[in-house]
Amino acid sequence: MLLSTRDLTKSFPGTLALDRVSFDLKAGEVHALLGENGAGKSTLIKCLTGAYRRDSGDILFEGEPVFPQSTLEAQAIGIGTVYQEVNLLPNLTVAENLTLGHQPTRFGMIRPRATQALAQEMLAGYGLDIDVRRPLESYSVAVQQIVAIARAVHLSGRVLILDEPTASLDAREVQMLFDVVRDLRVRGLGIIFISHFLDQVFEISDSLTILRNGRHIATHPAADVDRMQLITLMLGRELAEETAVRHRPEVTGTSADAIRFTGVGRRGRIAPFDLTVRKGEVIGMAGLLGSGRTESAEVLFGAVASDSGTVEDASGPVDLRNPRSAIAAGFAFAPEDRKTDGIIAELSVRENIILALQARQGWARPIPQAEQQRMANDYIARLDIRTPDAEKPVGLLSGGNQQKVILARWLATNPRFLILDEPTRGIDVGAHAEILRLIEDVVAQGMSILVISSELEELVAVSHRVIVVRDRQHVSELTGDDVSPDTILRAIAAPHTTLEAAE
Amino acid sequence: MTGATLLRRIAPQLLTLAAVIVLVSIYYPAFYQIVYVNDRLVGIPIDVIKRGAPVALLAIGMTLVIATRGIDLSVGAVMAICGASAAWSIDQGYGIGAALGLAGAAGLVCGLWNGVLVAFFGIQPIVATLILMVAGRGIAQLITGGTILTFDSDTFSFLGSGTLLGVPVPTVIWILTGIGFGLLVRRTALGLLVESIGVNLRASTLAGINSRVLLVAVYMGSGFCAALAGVIATADIRGADANNAGLWLELDAILAVVIGGNSLLGGRFSILASLLGAMIIQTINTGILLAGFPSEFNLVIKAVLVIVILVLQSPRIVPYLELLTTRRQRVKAPATKMEAGK
Repeated sequence: MLLSTRDLTKSFPGTLALDRVSFDLKAGEVHALLGENGAGKSTLIKCLTGAYRRDSGDILFEGEPVFPQSTLEAQAIGIGTVYQEVNLLPNLTVAENLTLGHQPTRFGMIRPRATQALAQEMLAGYGLDIDVRRPLESYSVAVQQIVAIARAVHLSGRVLILDEPTASLDAREVQMLFDVVRDLRVRGLGIIFISHFLDQVFEISDSLTILRNGRHIATHPAADVDRMQLITLMLGRELAEETAVRHRPEVTGTSADAIRFTGVGRRGRIAPFDLTVRKGEVIGMAGLLGSGRTESAEVLFGAVASDSGTVEDASGPVDLRNPRSAIAAGFAFAPEDRKTDGIIAELSVRENIILALQARQGWARPIPQAEQQRMANDYIARLDIRTPDAEKPVGLLSGGNQQKVILARWLATNPRFLILDEPTRGIDVGAHAEILRLIEDVVAQGMSILVISSELEELVAVSHRVIVVRDRQHVSELTGDDVSPDTILRAIAAPHTTLEAAE
Repeated sequence: MTGATLLRRIAPQLLTLAAVIVLVSIYYPAFYQIVYVNDRLVGIPIDVIKRGAPVALLAIGMTLVIATRGIDLSVGAVMAICGASAAWSIDQGYGIGAALGLAGAAGLVCGLWNGVLVAFFGIQPIVATLILMVAGRGIAQLITGGTILTFDSDTFSFLGSGTLLGVPVPTVIWILTGIGFGLLVRRTALGLLVESIGVNLRASTLAGINSRVLLVAVYMGSGFCAALAGVIATADIRGADANNAGLWLELDAILAVVIGGNSLLGGRFSILASLLGAMIIQTINTGILLAGFPSEFNLVIKAVLVIVILVLQSPRIVPYLELLTTRRQRVKAPATKMEAGK
């Protein structure tokens, strides 16, 4: 084995990111690492490259235990990494990027000719015909990606980790990159390949390892599994194993008092779609990461303005130019990325809870201090937010409690349409159940909800119908008895997806 | 904010101010003397709170700008523009009302320019305001016609050198402005919204805060404060000097905000603490002169004092200082320590 981990474990406060993961990489193979967001892929990579220190377990390089403390040390051992966003310096020349840190020098001065010669030598065999004296940024992302690979291979030379390398490449560039990867495989490197594009995974990989919730789920030769099995393993559902008994209350609203989105979308983000949201209805939205789920939510909330279509309700057109107008129309949006888009970390729990209501009332009509206290304490009790008091900065709370604070922020505005993007991601089981119960409660009072989730059981449990998003399009809508993890999976996994999407 | 938390917030600034005053009075024991002659208070402390007026006014606006994670480098140049506008207006015989109106409007327009560049064009605040910092003095020179525009108006110069109930008018102006802005941001929701966009602009916008308009308003507030400072500076010397009015004062204002313990990364702010910061700077300036050092030492001594103050307040040092104080507290009163730990 070229590189192995044995019972690798890494925890962060509140979560076990890697739970005794064992993984083997042979020389001369492309090994795909698969799993949904939060499965532990990037934690595993960061342990391998020394960016994180593992809690326990071993990393073996050619059978010898190694302890990389930094990416530099990992490089010296022989483990090189290339990330999705090329982490080179675009304003320097190709040659400087390739040789940075080990330029040939004489009397402490860099020798430009020798630098260029070295760079040429490093690029030999990659099929690139480029001028190494030009700035890196004058070349396409694909070329930059290959330059990054050439640098990593030159510096490390044994193991190459490619983390979402194709995310911003078109189909032709992907092939160019894959030619390079195949070449390196023949040269005997072990390559770890991470991608959300399953077609690419099947095209290039020799073996697949699937992680889920920080655990190693399975490792198979790529030829032995098909798409369906792979997605099943990633999402952790046995197909048709259970048909959840669903007791959804009937939707009380009629199409007359519904909010009707017609042909809304945004070029390059999500194809135009129609959506009718009735009172008291829970709409689920399923799809793989990057499929256009979050993009749909952003358009529905005006976070990204729609460039087509109309939105109407019983009283006429609804203005969704920006979040402010959406909120004025009674919309609310708890985004996927709590830390960057949700919480105001430095402000207190109380201030975070009243923020949206205060913003809607306008600056000139402050919510009285006593009223703020009452609301904060009320929601802390109702949603069981674990905090010593309402004045604690929200950034110090755990993820699940931060999520509840954001829910409280929106419930305080008493919205008619609440959009929840991955409301239960990264939170513990108890809080998870509480949030689902909360959804039931507010729906019973006539609120409409759109839930985006990767957890199919959760979607099936709460939704009246489920919309499946794939390749930035709404591809199907499941209603009634069709709403089951099985059918959702089939709709998500329908083939012929990814290369076109990358174009 | 309750009294106790407010006191805890401004305690470092109060202690620093006290320390600086003690230091100065060692070299100049007569520091504390204040006498009442000719219907006005006279003394070094009065001089400090009068001469500190421009920086104090600038610090008020700057505090809000910095709370949004921005910075306003143009305030010194805006002072020159507004002072020149007021002087020109008096010179043309339009009267004091028009002069003040024109100066205030000029300040607001300058702030609008900065705010639009930052909020709508997404230019980094330091670059956006640098434009007006450089161009502003040129604009002021155009207004004054390249000369020092002097005027003769006792009503106008009252704003710079007059007294109200014995207190210098510039002092009255900065204190009232400070109270006005303080009430404006704390009695409404403005303060909360400003802190919110300073901590996390994107999340704030998604929560429905009108971030762009708020940003523009904050820069306009800063421009308005600069206008007041410019009027005072101009009235004080009875003339508008486009080259020197407010020169480098933007840096003193930023320093005042920083000494006031406000983070340059935005978020929580205290106008009161910034005003104390401004008074600390002015006490240092005045103190160096009083102590009788040769004038060539002034800037170096000021720099040394500022470094000491900032190092003592720095997040890396504070834990060590707290360690010292809590250790002593624990010996004295273990029970309070336990409560604090809960």
